[in-house]
Amino acid sequence: MASPTTVSLDTDGQVALDSADVARAIRRVADEILERVPAGFALVGIRRGGVSITERLGHALKSAEGVEPEVGAVDIALYRDDAATALPDPKIGPSHIPFEPRGRDVVLVDDVLQTGRTIRAAVDALLDYGRPRRVWLAVLCDRGGRELPIAADFIGRSVDVPAGGRLEVCVSGDASADSDEVRLFAAAKVRAAP
Amino acid sequence: MTSPRHLLDFEGYGRDDVLSILDAAEAFFEVSRRPVRKVPTLRGKTIINLFYENSTRTRTSFELAGKRLSADVVNMSVAASSVKKGETLSDTVRTLEAMQPDVIVMRHGASGAPHFVAKRVRCAVVNAGDGTHAHPTQALLDAFTIRRRVGRLDNLIVAICGDIAHSRVARSAAELLALFGAEVRVTGPRTLLPRDAAALGVRVMPTLESALEGVDVVMMLRIQQERLGGTRLPSLREYSRTFGLNRELLGLAKPGALVMHPGPMNRGVEISPEVADGPSSAVLDQVEAGVAVRMAVLYRMAGEGASNPAEA
Repeated sequence: MASPTTVSLDTDGQVALDSADVARAIRRVADEILERVPAGFALVGIRRGGVSITERLGHALKSAEGVEPEVGAVDIALYRDDAATALPDPKIGPSHIPFEPRGRDVVLVDDVLQTGRTIRAAVDALLDYGRPRRVWLAVLCDRGGRELPIAADFIGRSVDVPAGGRLEVCVSGDASADSDEVRLFAAAKVRAAP
Repeated sequence: MTSPRHLLDFEGYGRDDVLSILDAAEAFFEVSRRPVRKVPTLRGKTIINLFYENSTRTRTSFELAGKRLSADVVNMSVAASSVKKGETLSDTVRTLEAMQPDVIVMRHGASGAPHFVAKRVRCAVVNAGDGTHAHPTQALLDAFTIRRRVGRLDNLIVAICGDIAHSRVARSAAELLALFGAEVRVTGPRTLLPRDAAALGVRVMPTLESALEGVDVVMMLRIQQERLGGTRLPSLREYSRTFGLNRELLGLAKPGALVMHPGPMNRGVEISPEVADGPSSAVLDQVEAGVAVRMAVLYRMAGEGASNPAEA
């Protein structure tokens, strides 16, 4: 695996992965999935960031070996460990798992892995649809900072993000788009006016 | 931030509040169709269903909604409670509050009782029907059903038929639909029509036929047996002949118009069996929507209660 990309906060909006990096990372993850996950697996994207990555993985799997796994999406709002206190802005999206996960290998897909809390919630959500044989985890970026004992099976790129940094992933589900990128910003989304 | 803490009626609620509840209800609707019909969202929260009037359906619907959110749900009904022993509403509520609930869901025969309670407790209060005043979750589930079946909520023509004067269902439906620019027509025996129709923003129609002309949705209300025999409503037979909905009359509405009924239905009185069981009927959709919509309401209320612990 490639050594971690190190980015600094000196320039806000610095590109951590450009369009070619994103495409390469997705191709590699697809190859590794094909190598390690038994045939007949399904992909489940974690809404919302994981959904477009899932689509891209689907394209990559198809063009690599003609594999077309079933694809679903989970929304984790109802499973967050702070669900009842993260309000009052309850934005719940639909989960859509159009297949029976029972007995299957399911690859959960997300854009950025940090604390691991989202993954914990997504695993719980997925299990409510049935009991998979094994749940795998694929992420585009692993930025470190785990707060739960969770690790990804497939990592597109490890990015060392300094404390206070925030990765912004802009990846289209359409493989022909060339506007994909992952940028690094300082954590505060809105800066106080001077 | 400014969204209302209680759900007593639609005062203080705007279009966006209603739409946000309906959108959340879509997600909860999906939960109710999964193999595991439960999410952990309100784990550790307590909901008290305080019912001063009998209502198996509404209470069951709220109970399931709370349980599917993993909240602890306690049902208190009047027959089993200290109300029979002469305790005042105010004392009952203070006692309940000492048990630290996050939401009190309340049905009461007196209009305004939930408002009275809401002023005296720190937790959120959801009105599950008070007197002749309001039944907001019924209106929300109706709106949810309409949006799913008709495909939109804006600028509909809706006819409501029955005992309008005593109907909290009609009142709440009119209030909610007004937010979406609906034309709401009401009809029924003149003795059962409201005097304040203008204030409600509804059009009073003399006959069921005139009310049905070109409507998108028709809501039939249950004729309450206790109103029978008096001067207001002489007989069921006469009511059925004048204001009962059958297939022929339904032909006056828009093609594909939706028929709704809050239940329980008096088959053969306000609605003929062929209409109740026909393709236009949304009656069972309404019941299914009820659980999803109440999950959305409880989710919103329990969450907000948690984020404003210091209020009041």
